[in-house]
Amino acid sequence: MANSIKIKTSVNGDVCNVKALIKHVMETGQRKDAKTGKVIPAKFIQELVCTHNGKAVLNANWGTAVSANPYLSFEFNGAKAGDKLVMNWTDNTGESDSAEHTV
Amino acid sequence: MKKMLTMAAAVALLAGMPLAGQATPEQDLKAFRDFYMKRFPGVPLNEFGNGVYAIDADARSSWEAIEEFPPYDDELEKGKKLFNTPFANGKSYASCFRNGGIGIRQNYPYFDAKSGEVKTLEQEINECRVKNGEKPLPGKKGDIAAISGYMASTSNGKPLDIKIPNDPRALAWYEKGKEQFYMKRGQLNMSCANCHMDNAGNRVRSEVLSPALGHPTHFPVHRLLWNELGTLQRRYGGCNEQVRAKAFADQGPEYRALEYFHTYMSNGINVNAPSTRK
Repeated sequence: MANSIKIKTSVNGDVCNVKALIKHVMETGQRKDAKTGKVIPAKFIQELVCTHNGKAVLNANWGTAVSANPYLSFEFNGAKAGDKLVMNWTDNTGESDSAEHTV
Repeated sequence: MKKMLTMAAAVALLAGMPLAGQATPEQDLKAFRDFYMKRFPGVPLNEFGNGVYAIDADARSSWEAIEEFPPYDDELEKGKKLFNTPFANGKSYASCFRNGGIGIRQNYPYFDAKSGEVKTLEQEINECRVKNGEKPLPGKKGDIAAISGYMASTSNGKPLDIKIPNDPRALAWYEKGKEQFYMKRGQLNMSCANCHMDNAGNRVRSEVLSPALGHPTHFPVHRLLWNELGTLQRRYGGCNEQVRAKAFADQGPEYRALEYFHTYMSNGINVNAPSTRK
């Protein structure tokens, strides 16, 4: 699914603050459909990687404890305006998406 | 003859004056504003449109972080699309509203002299649908909230400007709305004013109570609890049920009267819809 990631960055000196909102249902696999009574299958992001100019600055292993539409915020050193940030997620069903952002 | 003239003059004088003890809407508005200005000194009038976030710094920082990626963005997009999609007969919502429905939120609700009714935006959206051969949308949430939310967003930055014309029917609606706001209801025997006036800024369990001044500016609202947009009257119903009173009918006379009074009390505060609230 495209366009599931929204990214905002701000640079303060050497530190780059990254904020992202990821649209993902993050189903735990524990819920049941109210109408059919059947279990809603688990679908949650398992891995999230953020690279800066090709080098990984964040590696995240998520699970069912992360809520739907996760909001992520982190900081890292060494970024300046114009640098390329790529954020990529993969979920347990094999689906993935990525987004690019210029600092 | 002289006696009759004097009598007539006396009656005319009485008829022209407001009933003893009953203030005009303008006087009520001034008293309402003064109450909150005094209770929350230093908060500018327009900031009251931000509700609890105008009076609670901690909550405000969380809210500002959330508004960086507004959770209502998708629904707003959906509302815009629905608004711009023509009906089966080829006409669109724009044909039913002044200025094509853009930038008009600040005038709702209004008193319609022809029908003698107070009309809300959601009500007119559905009237537009029925007039053009479509089924009315269910109230309070979903498509009606999305369309109303989009229309409201086109008025952002414009001050609320509700008119109470010098028509006894309009004044009756206003007084009915005022009564709704101040009367106690439900098993918990509480009124809107008990929480949002007497206890504005205090807590009900863990939550800070918002001032009633500024309430309607940001509706339809994305309430995190609902995880979707909801109309003002959805919240009226919810609040009533929370004091264990039976909610009145959505878009019925009681809630329309209340919305008329409630919105008039926030005249002068800018529309900022939709917004996120807890």
